[in-house]
Amino acid sequence: MAAFILKRLLATIPVMGMVAMVVFLILRLSPGDPAAILAGDAATPEMIEQIRANLGLDRPILVQFGAWLWQLLQGDLGNSLLSLQPVSATIGRCFGPTLSLATTTIVFSVIVAVPLGVVAAWKHGTWIDRSVMGLSVVGFSVPVFVLGYGWIYAIALWLRLLPVQGFVPITEGIGLFLSHLVLPTLTLSVIFIALIARMTRASVLEILTEDYIRTAHAKGVSERRVLVHHALRNAAVPIVSVIGIGIALLIGGVVVTESVFNIPGLGRLTVDAVLARDYPIIQGVILVFSAAYVFINLGIDLAYTVFDPRIRY
Amino acid sequence: MTSPVLEVRGLTVRLPAGADRPNAIEAIDLAVAPREIVCVVGESGSGKSVTAFSIMGLLPKGQLVPTSGEVRLQGEELLTATPQRLRALRGSRMSMIFQEPMTALNPVIPVGDQIAEVLETHGAATGGARAPRILELLNAVRLPDPERLGRAYPHQLSGGQRQRIMIAMALALEPALIIADEPTTALDVTTQAQILRLIKTIQAEHQSGVLFITHDFGVVAEIADRVAVMKDGFIVETGPTRDVLARPQHPYTRMLIAAVPSVLPKARAPIGAAPVVLAIERLTKVYKSSGWLQAAREVRAADSVSLTVRRGETLGIVGESGSGKSTVARCVARLIEPTSGEITLDGQAIAKLSAGRLRRHRRRIQIIFQDPYRSLNPRRTVGRSIVEGPINFGTPRAEAWTRARDLLELVGIDEAAIDRYPHQFSGGQRQRICIARALAMEPALLVADEPVSALDVSVQAQVLALLDDVKRRFDLAMLFITHDLRVAAQVCDSVAVMLKGQVVEYGPAADVFANPRHDYTRALFDAAPGKGWTFGKAAE
Amino acid sequence: MTVLAPSGEALLAKPRRVGLFGQLRRNPAVIAGAVVLAVLVVVAALAPWLHTVDPEFLKPRFRLRAPSAAYWFGSDALGRDNYSRVVYGARISLFVGVTVATLALLLGTTIGLVAGYVRLLDAIVMRVMDGLMAIPGILLAIAMIALSKASLTTVIVAITIPEIPRVARLVRGVVLTIREEPYVEAAIASGTRLPLILWRHVLPNTIAPLIVQGTYIAAAAVLTEAILSFLGAGVPTEIPTWGNMMAEGRRVFQIAPWTIFFPGVCLAVTVFAINMMGDGLRDTLDPRLAKRL
Repeated sequence: MAAFILKRLLATIPVMGMVAMVVFLILRLSPGDPAAILAGDAATPEMIEQIRANLGLDRPILVQFGAWLWQLLQGDLGNSLLSLQPVSATIGRCFGPTLSLATTTIVFSVIVAVPLGVVAAWKHGTWIDRSVMGLSVVGFSVPVFVLGYGWIYAIALWLRLLPVQGFVPITEGIGLFLSHLVLPTLTLSVIFIALIARMTRASVLEILTEDYIRTAHAKGVSERRVLVHHALRNAAVPIVSVIGIGIALLIGGVVVTESVFNIPGLGRLTVDAVLARDYPIIQGVILVFSAAYVFINLGIDLAYTVFDPRIRY
Repeated sequence: MTSPVLEVRGLTVRLPAGADRPNAIEAIDLAVAPREIVCVVGESGSGKSVTAFSIMGLLPKGQLVPTSGEVRLQGEELLTATPQRLRALRGSRMSMIFQEPMTALNPVIPVGDQIAEVLETHGAATGGARAPRILELLNAVRLPDPERLGRAYPHQLSGGQRQRIMIAMALALEPALIIADEPTTALDVTTQAQILRLIKTIQAEHQSGVLFITHDFGVVAEIADRVAVMKDGFIVETGPTRDVLARPQHPYTRMLIAAVPSVLPKARAPIGAAPVVLAIERLTKVYKSSGWLQAAREVRAADSVSLTVRRGETLGIVGESGSGKSTVARCVARLIEPTSGEITLDGQAIAKLSAGRLRRHRRRIQIIFQDPYRSLNPRRTVGRSIVEGPINFGTPRAEAWTRARDLLELVGIDEAAIDRYPHQFSGGQRQRICIARALAMEPALLVADEPVSALDVSVQAQVLALLDDVKRRFDLAMLFITHDLRVAAQVCDSVAVMLKGQVVEYGPAADVFANPRHDYTRALFDAAPGKGWTFGKAAE
Repeated sequence: MTVLAPSGEALLAKPRRVGLFGQLRRNPAVIAGAVVLAVLVVVAALAPWLHTVDPEFLKPRFRLRAPSAAYWFGSDALGRDNYSRVVYGARISLFVGVTVATLALLLGTTIGLVAGYVRLLDAIVMRVMDGLMAIPGILLAIAMIALSKASLTTVIVAITIPEIPRVARLVRGVVLTIREEPYVEAAIASGTRLPLILWRHVLPNTIAPLIVQGTYIAAAAVLTEAILSFLGAGVPTEIPTWGNMMAEGRRVFQIAPWTIFFPGVCLAVTVFAINMMGDGLRDTLDPRLAKRL
C-alpha cells in the first residue's frame, strides 16, 4: 500500500510537469511581447526592459523554462502586477473562502444526488425516473450565473431571507458563515448534483442487470437491501470517480459563482486578474487549481481500495 | 413414489410481441420427487432457462409473462403467490445455482457474508448459531480451510471454489428444491467432474429434489435420474435417463444424442511421410508484468513447446483454461510475438520476421476463432469480409468475388446471401462463413481456435464435419485447439495435451486415447462427463 | 419487483431490428431537441427579417425600458433593443457550438487513433493529454484569451483545446477495445495494412460515441462562450452575444432584471435542447455509453 501511494505520488510528477509547461508556453507562444504582457499596461519602457532581462528572453526557451520551474519549485510564483505583492501570499489569502464553498458544495451535492440517482434507477422507466433525468439535463443546461442571479432575485431580494452577497469567515460565527454560503452553494451544486445523480443512476441501473443481483433475489433478499447492500455498494467506484472528474467542473463554476456572489476567493481573484491582465496571478491560480484537481483525484484513486477489494496495489 | 416437491403442469410463458415465436415455453409438464435429480436438456433457445426462472418467480417483469398452467412447490401454488410470499420461499424452500459463479457472487462482499445473508434474510440461525452454521456449510461443500475462505472475496477463489460457495448458499436452509442452471458449463472438465460429484453426494445426504438444466448429454448421463428434452419451448420427450439415452423415441432426441461426439477416436488413415507444413520448436511465450516499485511477475504461457504438423494432418492441442493452448495458436498465426523458439512454415522461419516481411506469409496461415459473433465485422457484408484478404494480395476484384461465391456454396451457404450482414446469420452459419474467409486465402495451414465451443451440439457436429471435409479437399494442415476431448477424438490425427504451458503428452490420437501415459491425461479422460456411455454409437 | 428482476436479454429470443432512423424518430428526446434547434437555426439565419433593428443602435433616451410592445425584451443600459440583440446573439452561440464540436472531434479523433494504435507514441501523447485535462477548461481558456487580442477566433480556439483530450481518450479507448476483436485479428491475418484496418474496422465503431460526444461538446461550448463573455474574457464587447448582454446587465440587474433574464433563458433553452438530443442519441446509438456520461 505504501509502495502504491509512493508510486501514485511519483506518477503525478509528469502530469504536474505538463501543467507547468502548458502554463509556461501559453505566455511564450501568445502573440505579443511576454515582457510587455507581464509588465502590464502602465509600464514604462524601462520597466519592460527590466522584466525582459529578468526573464532572460534572449536565452533558449528550454533554459527559460528551467529557470522558471526552479523558481516555481521554491514557491516563488512572482509578484502581482496590481498589488505588487507575492502571488503566493495573495493566493493563500483567497484560499479559505474557495475551500469553504467547495466543501459545502460537494457535501450537499452528494447528500442530494446519490439518493436521487438510486431512486431513479430503482423506478427505472417511471415518471420518477424521467423527472430526475429531465431535471438533471436542466441542471446541466442552466448557466451558473443565471442560476445565481435567479436565487439572489428570488430569495435575497424578494423574500429577503438570506444575505445577497459577500463572505464571512467562520471565525466570525458559524451562523453568519453558513448563511452567506447557502445561496452560492445552491448555485454551484446544481450542475454537480446533475452529474452525480446521472452517474449514480447509470451505474446502479447497470449493476441491477448483473448476475449477483439475480442471486440476491434468488436468496429472497428484500428490494431495499438489494438496492443499498448490493447495487449501491458496487456502484461506489464509478460514483466516486465522477466526483473526481467533476472537480474540474466545480472549479469552473467557482470562478463564476464567486464573482456573482462577491466572494473574495480564488475565483474572484482570477476574474479580477483577467480584467487587469495581471498575468502572474492567472498563472498562479491555474497552477494551484490544477494541483488541487490532480491531488483530489489521487486521493480518490486511493479510496477505490476501500470500496472494491478487487482493486489491489 | 412420495408426493413430488415440484410439480409443473401446463406452464406457458408468453414472449413479447415481435419475437420469433409466441411463447417462450408452452404447456410444460414436469415433476421432481424428493432426492431425485431431473435434467432438463436442450439447445440454446429451447426455453430450458425460462422454465427454471418461471419456477423461481425471477422472470424479467413485463417481458416474459406466465399465461397459464400451475407451478406447485410442495403443493403450494407459486404463480399466484404474492411477491412477499415468493420472497419468503426463495432461498428457504427453493434455491438456485447459476451458470457463471464469478458473476453470480457479489464481488465486494466476502463469500462468508453472502452465505450469512441467506440465514439473515430468512431469520435462521440467529446470534451465536450463525458462524458455526456457515463453517458447517463450507465443510459440507468440501472447501479446504473454511475459516479463511469464508473471509475471502470471490475474486480470490478459483472457479470451482466459487461454485462450491454457490452450492453452500443454495443449501443453507435445506430447501426442498434446488434448481441448478448449467452449473458446470463455465468450469473446466476436471472441476466439472468434482462439482457434479458434489451435487450428487449432497443431494443424497439431504432430502432435496434437484432440477438440473444442461445442454450436455454427457452431464445428463453422469447425474440424472430422469430427463426431459426440450425443443423450441416444448418438452418433446421425458423419461428415466437410461431409457431416453438408450432408446430415444423422438427424432430430435435421437439427433441430439447422435450428435454427441464419441470419446473413442475415429479410425484414420495414417499421415505417413507427407511433407511437414508447420514445425514448432521450443516455442516459448512469457508475459511479464514488470513495473518499478513492484516485483516483476512472469507467466510462462507457453513453455518450450515443440510440435509438427504435416500436410493433411490435424493436430489437436487439448487442455483446460490457462494451459497455454490458445497462446500457441496465436503465436503460430503471429497475432502475438513469441518470446523465443522457432516457427517454421513450409521451410521458412517466421517467428522473428518483422511485420513488413511477415505480411507475405500471412496468407499461408489462416485462423478461425471461437466466438462466431465477434469474428465478422458487423458493419461489413459477409462477401466483403471474404474478399478482403485476396484483394490485399492482388487478386482482381471480379475473380475474388466469384471465388467468394463458390466458397460460400462450398461451406453450405446460399451464394445469394453474399450481400447480407453477419447479424442475419446464426452462429453456425457465421462459423461457416469464417471458414470460407479462411479458405479464400488458399492457406497451407488452418489454425482453428476452439471453433465449435460456442455452438450447440447439433451444429457442432456439422461444423466439425465441414472442417474435416475442407481439410481433405484442399489437403490442408490443421492445428485444432480444443478443451473438449470428445471433439478432439473426432477430428484429430494426433493430439498434444497441454498443462501449464507445457506439452505433457504428444502422439497419434489413437495411441493417446487408448493408452494415456501422463497422469494429467488420465485425469482428463476420467473427468469427461458420461464417459461410461458410448455416445456416437447410436448413429452408426 | 419493477426493475430488480434479472436482465431479460439472455432469456429472450432475438429482438426484431428496427432501422436506426426509425428508432431516432421514435425517441421523443431527439425530436424535441431537434425541433428547438431547428427553430433556433431558422431564427439565427433570418435575424434581419424578424422585426429586428440594428442590435448596435444606441438610443440613450430609451435606456433600461421594461419589456413592452415597442421593446419586446426591454432595452439595455445604453438603450439598445434587447430583442434584436438576443436574436443576433443566437448566431454567435450556434456558430461557436458547431465549430468547437467539429474541431474538437477532428483533432481528438486523430490523436486518439494514433495513440491507440502506435504504442510508441501512446505513452507520450496520453501524458500530454493528462496534463491538459488536469487544467480546468475554463481557466485554460481564460488564460489564453487574457493574453491574446479578444476575438471570436481566439474564443473558439480557447474553448476547443480543453475538449480535445476527452475526445482523444474516448477514441483511444474504443481503439484499444476494437483491436482485440477477432474480426480485426482476422483482418491482420489476411494481410490488411494498418491504415486500412483503422479506416475499415476501427473508425466506424467510433462514429456512434463521437456523434454523442459531439453534441455534449457543442452544449458545453455554447455555455462556456457565454461564461467567458460574462467574465469579460470572451468575444469583444461590441459583438452582441448572450454572454456579453448578461455581462453588461450585471451592473443594472437589481433594477432591470430583464437584461439578464431573456438572454439567460435563451442560453439555457439552447443548451437544454442540445443536451436532450445528446441523451436521445446516446440511448439510441450507443447504450453502453450511458455509463460514461
